[in-house]
Amino acid sequence: MQEIEVTPLGAGQDVGRSCILLSIGGKNVMLDCGMHMGYNDDRRFPDFSYITQDGPITNFIDCVIISHFHLDHCGALPYMTEMVGYSGPIYMTQPTKAIAPILLEDMRKVAVERKGESNFFTSQNIKDCMKKVITVGLHESVMVDSQLEIKAYYAGHVLGAAMFWIRVGSQSVVYTGDYNMTPDRHLGAAWIDKCRPDILITESTYATTIRDSKRCRERDFLKKVHECVDRGGKVLIPVFALGRAQELCILLETYWERMNLKVPVYFAVGLTEKANNYYKMFITWTNQKIRKTFVQRNMFDFKHIKPFDKQYIDNPGAMVVFATPGMLHAGLSLQIFKKWAPNENNMVIMPGFCVVGTVGHKILNGATKVEFENRQVVDVKMSVQYMSFSAHADAKGIMQLIQYCEPKNVLLVHGEASKMAFLKEKIQSEFKIDCFMPANGETAVIKATHPISIDMSAKLFKSEMDHQNSQPPDPKRRRILNAVLVVKDSSMTVMDADEACEEAGISRHTVRFTSIVRLQDPGPVAKTAEHLFGLISSRLVDWNVQLNDLAISVESVLVKVEGTEEEKNVLVSWANQDEELGSSILTLIQTIDDGEVP
Amino acid sequence: MKEMTIMLDCGLSAQSILNFLPLPLVPSPRLGSLSNWLPRDCNDPQLEGELKECHGRVFVDSAPEFCPPLGKLIDYSEIDVILISNYTAMLALPYITEGTGFHGIVYATEPTLQIGKFYLEELVQYLEQTPKAALASRWKELLHLLPPPLSESFKPRCWKQLYNLTTLSSSLARIQTVGYNEKLDVYGALKVTAVSSGYCLGSSNWVINLDHEKVAYVSGSSTLTTHPRPMDQNALKNADLLILSGLTQVPSSNPDSMLGELCMTVVSTLRGNGSVLIPCYPSGVIYDLFECLSAHLDSSSLSQIPMFFISPVADTSLAYSNILAEWLSEVKQNRVFMPEEPFPHAYLVKMGRLKHFTHIYANGFNTEFRMPCVVFCGHPSLRFGASVHFVELWGSNPAHTIIFTEPDFAYLDALAPFQPLAMKAVHCPIDTSLNFVQANKLVRELKPANLVLPDCYTVPPPSLPHRTDLVIQQADHKVLVMKRGEVISLPLKKKKVKVKLSAELASCLTPTQIKPGVMLSSLTGNLVVRDNHFDIKMFEGSEGDSNQLLPVKSSQNSQFEWGTVNVDLFVQRLNEEGITDAKVEPSPSGYIIHLQNQDTVIQIDDRSTHIFCEEPDQKLRKHLRKVLSECLNKF
Repeated sequence: MQEIEVTPLGAGQDVGRSCILLSIGGKNVMLDCGMHMGYNDDRRFPDFSYITQDGPITNFIDCVIISHFHLDHCGALPYMTEMVGYSGPIYMTQPTKAIAPILLEDMRKVAVERKGESNFFTSQNIKDCMKKVITVGLHESVMVDSQLEIKAYYAGHVLGAAMFWIRVGSQSVVYTGDYNMTPDRHLGAAWIDKCRPDILITESTYATTIRDSKRCRERDFLKKVHECVDRGGKVLIPVFALGRAQELCILLETYWERMNLKVPVYFAVGLTEKANNYYKMFITWTNQKIRKTFVQRNMFDFKHIKPFDKQYIDNPGAMVVFATPGMLHAGLSLQIFKKWAPNENNMVIMPGFCVVGTVGHKILNGATKVEFENRQVVDVKMSVQYMSFSAHADAKGIMQLIQYCEPKNVLLVHGEASKMAFLKEKIQSEFKIDCFMPANGETAVIKATHPISIDMSAKLFKSEMDHQNSQPPDPKRRRILNAVLVVKDSSMTVMDADEACEEAGISRHTVRFTSIVRLQDPGPVAKTAEHLFGLISSRLVDWNVQLNDLAISVESVLVKVEGTEEEKNVLVSWANQDEELGSSILTLIQTIDDGEVP
Repeated sequence: MKEMTIMLDCGLSAQSILNFLPLPLVPSPRLGSLSNWLPRDCNDPQLEGELKECHGRVFVDSAPEFCPPLGKLIDYSEIDVILISNYTAMLALPYITEGTGFHGIVYATEPTLQIGKFYLEELVQYLEQTPKAALASRWKELLHLLPPPLSESFKPRCWKQLYNLTTLSSSLARIQTVGYNEKLDVYGALKVTAVSSGYCLGSSNWVINLDHEKVAYVSGSSTLTTHPRPMDQNALKNADLLILSGLTQVPSSNPDSMLGELCMTVVSTLRGNGSVLIPCYPSGVIYDLFECLSAHLDSSSLSQIPMFFISPVADTSLAYSNILAEWLSEVKQNRVFMPEEPFPHAYLVKMGRLKHFTHIYANGFNTEFRMPCVVFCGHPSLRFGASVHFVELWGSNPAHTIIFTEPDFAYLDALAPFQPLAMKAVHCPIDTSLNFVQANKLVRELKPANLVLPDCYTVPPPSLPHRTDLVIQQADHKVLVMKRGEVISLPLKKKKVKVKLSAELASCLTPTQIKPGVMLSSLTGNLVVRDNHFDIKMFEGSEGDSNQLLPVKSSQNSQFEWGTVNVDLFVQRLNEEGITDAKVEPSPSGYIIHLQNQDTVIQIDDRSTHIFCEEPDQKLRKHLRKVLSECLNKF
């Protein structure tokens, strides 16, 4: 139970299909359940047979945590819950719960209706799956069962994205999902407190880049759009309904306002108003600026961006159109593309990743002609632009997060192996902590030893505090605790020895030693006592040596001077527990036996 | 509590403002012509003009003053933490945090902060838009000469003018927002957690956890199903101490039937071509009123009647209500998955049935305003805000109706400075807080070891002295009663403290089984205290001790002996070790063993052994120690 195991089923030295198994304190947690957008076969979903060869996996997983609504983090969820079989709890934030099913449905339609795939999950599967979801608020501490606790932190990246802290006993892990350490147009920066987890499992998409500022890319994007509409061209921006679309809308909206542009901007996303509605209602998840101003003006109530009508396709003159789907593989965006592609004045901007086989992928690879099923061939003369706006932490951001939460180990996922290796070196040398990067199906075993939480009796606690407070403050002084650990009925308590004996129902047996040293030290007895006191306290710097009534005491050691002007008897007495101290003091006094007191 | 001072809520008593004359937006000839009032046989010139009489009641003609929490009991600068339960319980915050040397933390949920902010801003703006030139204070010196209820005012000399917006915003900036069930570590000494209380948006009860003790503080809570997230009772269970407050102010009224009565009154007034005035706060029950009333108007074929919501913060209130989905009831939460606004008033606004304005003099109000209508506006005390205007305007017309829903002010007192009044006044107080039946049930279910109550919950309300059912009665629990201005100490005795034992040190321990289920192990370690956390670590000999001849305590465990010495065995073992001159003599309490050749005496009793040894090289003593140790039990 001292070890924590992490096994990526997806996202191990790879981007996409995030799915990581975490085994901590006897609990098994699945972190994300994504699909790979680059595959159409079995490799699309994580290999759940790793968990069990056949049948439902409910008995093997205590809970599933979804970090955000991107399909590479939640795309396999309905497949797992409804087709593989999992009926345990699933946790995600409220915006994720609201938006994920829409993206899942979108993808399902594309896969089944356009690509004609069978053995895919159904709409009903998605609904049933979402019913198993429990929403969590930021920083809310959720007890999955009596031992497993989870807590969400803000991750930036997309609306509702969260990082999760997972704890069993005194072991803990932080899983970041995708995150962004710099605030963008509509979201804030990821934040986490100094929770000192045993492992930080972090994405490393941009492990080697210190990202060129996002502002630059945005400026670039706006410049291209502006140039195109200035020459009377039409701009097509294929997007997915939610996520990047809203950010680009805010970008264009503010630019249009600032530059006082009159060229129409249309939003032809299937859900149009609905999509933006999510953003309006989850405004508490956006950044400070948007939250502050939303009463006067909800940033997602766009003034310049109007809903699109199909008739507008043939309208003359410049315009900008956002249309779904994002990869130009079907629907309205493809329809518009066919019309506009042959004109070199026009432009298409692909703001995201495109799967092999889609029109988007073809034109990004420089295709000048695209052929369609009905033998229709479209000449692509329009300018084709690719722009990535994905909001991931760069190397600097990752290092920053490590600084924030001070993990004992770091484990990298969701990145390319070579880049990970580079970052791993950097983390190890800079933070002097271990760093792991298991491949898919490979298990990283990480040792996590922790102090044991026990009780201290109020009596001992009080006497310790009193003892401490009776001495002059000195932060460097070490506080020595001599006590007894009582293990009774699986509870552990430290007490003083007498209390412990009472608790155990036994009587203590004290052993004391007393020796007498004869000392030739002419003069009054009190003077000898003072001499001895001076001697002993000069040798016992850290100890509390006291002189009382011809008797010197240190802990349980008592040195007493008796006798006459000429000859003194020095009694040295101590309890067995102070044997070392007592016998040393005795030796000290014996060494001055023959000579004079120094 | 580990030397911490926690303040639970800081509500403001606003009852004091009822003693003041209303502040109309436009000068009111009626209020202006009220006659001065002076006590008989008193010609104090300073009092002249401070008091006015209206319909047999005496009012102070001055800017209204509020009664902040009693400041003399506690030095605000010593407060470490303030926990705010809901936005109605924070009105006194600026009095406490600003200019008092306060430097603690204030915790509240996000809705409590946001709604509390516009609640307080509304109040400040009401007072700032109708400033009063003179400030009356002489009357406070002559309280004994004044008629009731003025003469019965509670400590009027402590009353204060309201703070301004700057003070307010710097006070609110101190609030740290928290989520429900977020465990907050307070200076390492304790953990506090806000849990949903079901009373209003973001309202919370608080759980304070020490290592082994738990205190639950229940304030404004509701078990009814309205718009907020339901009350979380589980988290409050089995506390060592339960502090119960914030019960309903109108225990004899059922919120549901009051709502029904309100709807009926509205419909009958509208049918009679009259209009309805509902004085209200800018958030809370009004959301439910919008929802229920609009539905009721629909079913009464009165859908065309407009509803007006007039408040300087009306837009903010409506906007916030729709973005706080996570703090709403499940039904409302599920609407945002559609996605639709959680409250129907968003739709009512879109359809133009609910119109909101900042002021009655705001742009567009005059063109939009038509009667009959339903007007929601503040302030429920009828001392400032648009409500003053509407009562003045409609007061003489018996076709109109004013309906009181907010329970904070006695409605007859609120209306007193407007008498005589022809307009109908209907009292439908809606207070969703726990009533006595619900509260008694709650306490039984929560099973606290001790219960703390304000004294007023132990006797029937003053207005209903015969209703002996309207008390908290808990025979099974130890009940402590607190009175205003009184300090009580609560029975929480700390029995244990949590400490951390390092794994390294733990692995060095070798517990000895004393009897089945009980093991003891002596433990020597280094006690490290940081931020109120206690760690016991392995003791490491330090290097800087070279000037010390004598050892520092060794990191080895010194063991403890227990039980009795078997004297026969001891002597036998001595013999085996070559010490053959032991002479055993019984003593009054045990035995005395004399080693004649060594001039050494060993005194053995039931619970102690004492070895007197004179030989200088300690060889014998150490030998004896070893043998004795073998004849004793140890841990």
